[in-house]
Amino acid sequence: MAVERPLLEINHLETAFRVTDDYYNAVDDVSLTLENNEILAIVGESGSGKSTLATSIIGLHDPNNTQIKGEVIYKDINLLDLNETLYNKIRGNDIGMIFQDPLGSLNPLMTIHDQIEETLVYHSDMDDKQRTNRVEQLLDQVGIPNPKRVMQQYPHELSGGMRQRVVIAIALANKPPIIIADEPTTALDVTIQAQILDLMNDIQDETGSGIILITHDLGVVAQTADRVAVMYAGQIVEEATVEELFGNPKHPYTRSLLNSVPHELEDENDELHVIQGTVPSLQNLPRRGCRFAPRIPWIPAETHEEDPVLHEISPGHKVRCTCWQHFHFEGEEEQ
Amino acid sequence: MWKTVLRRVLLMIPQIFILSILVFAVAQFMPGDPFTGLITPETDPIVIENLREQAGLNDPLPIQYFRWLGNALQGDFGTSYTYKVPVSVLIGQRAQNTILLSLVSLVLTYAIALPLGMLAGRYNDSFMDKAVIVYNYVSYAIPTFVLALLMLWFFGYTLGWFPTNGSVEVTLQSGSFEYYMSRAYHLILPSVTYAILGTTSIIQYLRSEVIDAKTQDYVKTARSKGVPEKVVYNRHIFRNSFLPIASTLGYQITGLIGGSVFIEQIFAYQGMGQLFIQSINSRDYSVITALVLLFGIATLVGTLLSDIIMSIVDPRIRID
Repeated sequence: MAVERPLLEINHLETAFRVTDDYYNAVDDVSLTLENNEILAIVGESGSGKSTLATSIIGLHDPNNTQIKGEVIYKDINLLDLNETLYNKIRGNDIGMIFQDPLGSLNPLMTIHDQIEETLVYHSDMDDKQRTNRVEQLLDQVGIPNPKRVMQQYPHELSGGMRQRVVIAIALANKPPIIIADEPTTALDVTIQAQILDLMNDIQDETGSGIILITHDLGVVAQTADRVAVMYAGQIVEEATVEELFGNPKHPYTRSLLNSVPHELEDENDELHVIQGTVPSLQNLPRRGCRFAPRIPWIPAETHEEDPVLHEISPGHKVRCTCWQHFHFEGEEEQ
Repeated sequence: MWKTVLRRVLLMIPQIFILSILVFAVAQFMPGDPFTGLITPETDPIVIENLREQAGLNDPLPIQYFRWLGNALQGDFGTSYTYKVPVSVLIGQRAQNTILLSLVSLVLTYAIALPLGMLAGRYNDSFMDKAVIVYNYVSYAIPTFVLALLMLWFFGYTLGWFPTNGSVEVTLQSGSFEYYMSRAYHLILPSVTYAILGTTSIIQYLRSEVIDAKTQDYVKTARSKGVPEKVVYNRHIFRNSFLPIASTLGYQITGLIGGSVFIEQIFAYQGMGQLFIQSINSRDYSVITALVLLFGIATLVGTLLSDIIMSIVDPRIRID
């Protein structure tokens, strides 16, 4: 009996960008799996490499300035080995992609109908009439009132939330088993965010797709995800189920992130926690040692591993480096 | 939309009226009169005075103006003092030649500029892109008359491939097959010259627009749908990158009528530009006023045409 493989398997993925003459890894040795019917959230600050990870999976990097190593296994094929023609058969058909900015991600000169239909043209053998019916049905599915009218409209005639629904409809058009959503709610206001997240949850219930949800918003993660991978400086620093990650966070970065979420202040002296410093730029990133160490300088250097690896501390819960065992917030005592 | 177009057309009437006053006034203020070149010191002043009287040049200006305007409205712009034919007939002949030349040049311009601009933008910083940029700098820097003379000297005189003047071989029977072939043959050199000069701005616009457009999110969306790269460029990137160029298309179409003074003069091509210069040199008032009025109206129509074209290619722009 064959061993059942996960829906998508990412092995030792490295994506390097060229900066002047050298290549620097923006995604550094990332391994992840995505199961059917699962929402995997990838969390991190801006510049942590999470969007790069997403575009690497779907193969949308400029080959002149990018080097990709490792494997992205889908249906026993390494997608990274495919040529453009074959990759195009996967894109839109097996992997649907939702981008961050709903205004920018729609072509301003094409009607909603034409933009959704386009993906059907390349991945189905429907005729004109069937495609139009499918477009209407998709718009209805993503909760757009009066799809017949909206189909004939242009993106600038729709609100941000509506546009994002259209983008989702495009991603869903061919019922892809995998959906990658790159910050789908970042550009929307809070009430619309909640609607879009509900919609994504509904879609997942209906289609059973595996969804990779990229976000920097921990509220979004708590609301939707099943499993979470926390990325910092191109690496995964912690991976766990949502319950485990929020209930029992280990890595200093994860704990700092959770601590930075505004909550009810208990007294006047309570201050919002801020993580010191910023994510280092590609060229200035230390390639050895714990990459988060410079942002927690009060933690003794000897508690970090020399070459930090992911340790599985309980089933399904992985943490990079050993510094978490001695971590405490600045000003607090070590437990 | 057609309501708006109609309103804009009606609005043009007062604009053209004001323009006609200006045109008439400017022509009056020009020193000399049509007879200036014909006078010798021995000419009897009474003869000149009689000629002026006959031509109505001694009447009060408002009377001259309204007489001119009334005739112009009926399509009668008077008779050319130099050519002794009605101005409308003269302009009609010249306009034909010019429009033919400009139209061929415009088509050539786009046929050269669009592929070059797309390629340079798509493969920017490649060797080909750099070659296109060099071509662009050269065509931008070279003055029209220098290029026209170089083309004439090299292809016309040195190689002898193309005729060096005129718009047709004069001995041929008008309407015959040879006649049309000869016209086409005479068109090649001036239209290529024209096109080389016209490509610069289109290539430059298109290149930078394509470079900008190809990293836009909607292009990423198109790629993530599995749309082949060729279609991504032709359908998504090209249409969006063409918008700024489309906004100038209206003026270019009406500009067809103006012709190019330099090119027509150097290639001795009987067109509007050449006629314009000659009529100014010979103080041929009736021709000058008719031409300036015509060019002015063309500009007004061009503005409207540009707006209409923009509203067709860009759904975000509606004229109403």
